[in-house]
Amino acid sequence: MLETLLSNMRLDLSVDFFEALKKYLPMSFTINALTVAPLVALCAALLGVTLVLKRYSMIGDGLSHVTFGTMTVATTLSLSPMYVSLPVTTLVAVWLLRGGKQKLKGDSAIAILSVSFLSLGYVVMNIFPPKGGNVSGDVCSILFGSTSIITLSHSDVILCIILAAIVLLFYLLFYKKIFAVTFDEDFARATGTRASAYNLLLAVITAVVIVLAVRLVGALLITALIVFPAQCGMRLFKSFRAVILSAAAISVCCAVAGILIAIVYSTPVGCTIVATELTAFLICVLIDFLKGGRKK
Amino acid sequence: MELLKFEDVSVGYESKPVAEHLSFTISEGDYLCIVGENGAGKSTLMKTLLSLKAPLSGKIRFENGLMRNEIGYLPQQTDIQRDFPATVWEVVSSGCLNRSGLRPFYTREQKETAAHWMQVLEIEALKKRSYRALSGGQQQRVLLARALCATRKMIVLDEPVAGLDPIVTADMYNLIKKINGDGITVVMVSHDLSAALSYASHILQIQHGSCFFGTIEQYRASEIGKFFLEKAGEGDA
Repeated sequence: MLETLLSNMRLDLSVDFFEALKKYLPMSFTINALTVAPLVALCAALLGVTLVLKRYSMIGDGLSHVTFGTMTVATTLSLSPMYVSLPVTTLVAVWLLRGGKQKLKGDSAIAILSVSFLSLGYVVMNIFPPKGGNVSGDVCSILFGSTSIITLSHSDVILCIILAAIVLLFYLLFYKKIFAVTFDEDFARATGTRASAYNLLLAVITAVVIVLAVRLVGALLITALIVFPAQCGMRLFKSFRAVILSAAAISVCCAVAGILIAIVYSTPVGCTIVATELTAFLICVLIDFLKGGRKK
Repeated sequence: MELLKFEDVSVGYESKPVAEHLSFTISEGDYLCIVGENGAGKSTLMKTLLSLKAPLSGKIRFENGLMRNEIGYLPQQTDIQRDFPATVWEVVSSGCLNRSGLRPFYTREQKETAAHWMQVLEIEALKKRSYRALSGGQQQRVLLARALCATRKMIVLDEPVAGLDPIVTADMYNLIKKINGDGITVVMVSHDLSAALSYASHILQIQHGSCFFGTIEQYRASEIGKFFLEKAGEGDA
């Protein structure tokens, strides 16, 4: 039983990790992947801290399924997926993050949107199957990102660098405001900070990052990129600044480690990154536990 | 010196008024307590005063150079803050933001303001501590310091002693009185009538049908005041 299992195993552990790295590192797909994945991870981690604290951990999941749904519709109608997905996802993000009192709130709103768009996408894909493709294979690659991060084009890489620069700039310039609006929106609003403007900006940037990230790492991975680094940082540090910085650093390290492991052992890229993030999270929980819990 | 003038103001949600025809004036150095039963419109009035909501009708005048964003605010604690990673210093200094414009960092003057209020409220020793690990009373002091960083003239306090034990409550009231003595105008929303009578200078009671505004002495002498004092067991004390 174990023998058949092992003989069927596709994972080749006998590969010498560093020898293999030497072979793969100079190749352009490795360089592209190693540029794009850490940058997406960095953006997601920065946004993630704010989103997790605002109790919007699942927004990545919701918005990525909106992207999935609109992408399939766009492909069926022979429109460019970008031009359809980006505006629709942005609108949904703005609607979700608009704050204030509303009948349909946070988690329920995200859940409803998430399943609706996922189903819409799958139904459309089944009614109008892509030419020459197999439906479940395509769905799988959209959800898990499969190999798309290894087949990135030059323009993808440039787009990603520009996006990361925008997110970084947003955080550098408005860091204090982002803190104030996240910590206490009412106070910020009452004392003259334009909280709705920052919420709007945050929603738009979140939507753009997620639409791009779906193409790069797949719809299911995005939640991991948003939630894990923030939770790691919150286990380790007590100041907002330290949490943001550590989340960014942990996220980038995990993305790099995940990519390298995936390339050497040919495991699915997205899921490997999730595995490294989960490992980092468990280590952080352990450190927190050894330090005596939250009360400091 | 008058700071804020309400002229026949009605407040409420979506054209449904909660409290109507309120007229009162807040002057420099006042300690105004807004009291009333649950649902009488205290919070709605406070949100209108802070420009978080527009009044349904009537006029609110900002007098003698008081700016809308110059009113400090001590809100009730939210769920989000319970596990928010932030140091005491990060929270207090964020009160200075309303005078920063688009500058991404704090000036030395702003840092001094924050340090000054932390000293007044005796929380300097907590500067680097984690906000979420503090006791309820300490958290309220931190939020009060933040509110004071945002103003030089007036603060609005929303139920500042909710959930605090009696000793910490008394400390908090004394602290607020001290700040008021330093020249900061205080507006406090509360349902604690007896505390209002012993600390405040003015009372605004919102009630369905009849409202009262005046000094503590006027309140004790008024019909509505006598009625509620008896109800609260204060009698003619």
